Amino acid sequence: MPRAFAPGLVAFALAVSAAAAADRTIVLPPDDRYATLAPGPGIEVTRQQCSSCHSTDYIVMQPRGDARQWDGVVTKMIKVYGAPVNDQDAKTIVEYLAKQYGN
Amino acid sequence: MSDVSRREMVKRIAGLGTWLALSRPASALAQPDAVLAGRPLVRYPEKTDLILLTSRPPQLETPMKYFARAFTPNEAFFVRYHVFPIPLAVDLATWRLRITGRVERPLELTLDDLRTKFPRVAVTAVNQCSGNSRGRFTPRVLGGQWGDGAMGNAEWAGARLRDILTAAGVRQGAVQATFDGLDKPSFPSVPDFVKSLDVTRIMDDPDVLVAYEMNGKPLPMLNGYPARLVVPGWYATYWVKHLSDIEVIDHVFEKFWMKPAYRIPDNACGCVAPGTAPARTVPINRMTVRSFIGSPEGGSRVPTGRPVTMKGIAFDGGHGIQEVQVSVDGGTTWQAANLGADLGRYSFREWTFSWTPARPGRARVVVRAFNAIGESQGRQPLWNPAGYLRNVIEHVDLVVG
Repeated sequence: MPRAFAPGLVAFALAVSAAAAADRTIVLPPDDRYATLAPGPGIEVTRQQCSSCHSTDYIVMQPRGDARQWDGVVTKMIKVYGAPVNDQDAKTIVEYLAKQYGN
Repeated sequence: MSDVSRREMVKRIAGLGTWLALSRPASALAQPDAVLAGRPLVRYPEKTDLILLTSRPPQLETPMKYFARAFTPNEAFFVRYHVFPIPLAVDLATWRLRITGRVERPLELTLDDLRTKFPRVAVTAVNQCSGNSRGRFTPRVLGGQWGDGAMGNAEWAGARLRDILTAAGVRQGAVQATFDGLDKPSFPSVPDFVKSLDVTRIMDDPDVLVAYEMNGKPLPMLNGYPARLVVPGWYATYWVKHLSDIEVIDHVFEKFWMKPAYRIPDNACGCVAPGTAPARTVPINRMTVRSFIGSPEGGSRVPTGRPVTMKGIAFDGGHGIQEVQVSVDGGTTWQAANLGADLGRYSFREWTFSWTPARPGRARVVVRAFNAIGESQGRQPLWNPAGYLRNVIEHVDLVVG
């Protein structure tokens, strides 16, 4: 089963299809630049994997923490929220977060 | 779009701080709010300028200036979602509220049915996120790093939930009802946002509503149009938005958003030693006592020797606010504030306090409230790992002179 996913596209399609009959429709602004991730190795994988479910301001606002904290967060996203992230990407993301958003 | 509104869209809190610094001697300024530092003011559909927490799903925080008054305007009311995508369009021709499960007569109600087949009931009640003020926890905790603006007070009107369940006919053995809305996660593996309440609690409480009006108007889309659950006195996690499905069940519902999410330590304070984990937890429920100063805002300048009227609000989990006290000496001595109109035991209670600052310099004004059963607020914050239930005594720092 293909797991590739473009949430913006799906949301847009839903909005357009529903708008035809809806009595009330709103359009959300794009992700704010406040969510911009700090540059560093692993940023592309992190941005791509994390932002398929949520904007990256979820990351930048969190308390800083070591690899143990970020490993816990990434594991929770995979095990609890079912994020389809493979082991290699998870490792890359934890390393990126611990470096850029570490203590 | 006009230049003015575009400028509003990109206005930043950090920028506002810069403006204040330029217009006044920096040395005289109170510290800016570290939790809100750098977070932009944004304008979302049907909303005024609010403080951004996250873009997707949208989470927006109400600026403190709105908490000088009892009612929070719909356009300034905070926004909180759990999963994405969220409903961006609703068609009342097809929207239904379905009541299923252990009932005699499953129902499918239109919004018109809700308006015409059940008495319209109004209750003024505070809607506060469980994690309001989480950004202030020490040691810090993971999660939405809210300041204090994930709360608001409105007059909610709609049908009593117990009238709806009575119309459906609750069968023997019913234990809880579950509540689901139109917001559905992008992946099937992500837990759908579903909450539950005990059937006895619903049938005993005439103020639990399915609300289709907020301050006399339809709900804004981002606050749950066309209808949401209203559970006065309890945290907003139970106030399911875009409500679409109620199921009566014969057991205690323990899916993700009831367990392990939204749990508090199973003890009187809902707290544990900072940095530790509770041995047992229960679902979060009734709100703690809180009080805030909405005006003047922290960092404001007030004149020496002239009276300034401090204004704010206080609330609790439904016993009602009995007294609000203000201290201008950092909590050593306290004086009673004047209470505003009593809008019901679930509402913000407005208060005012006239104070004449005697000396120039920095001043800290502190507020605390007591409810009808004597509960109040502590000088030291209580801690739990999820960052819930915050109710420490609050203050603003002002510059006198």
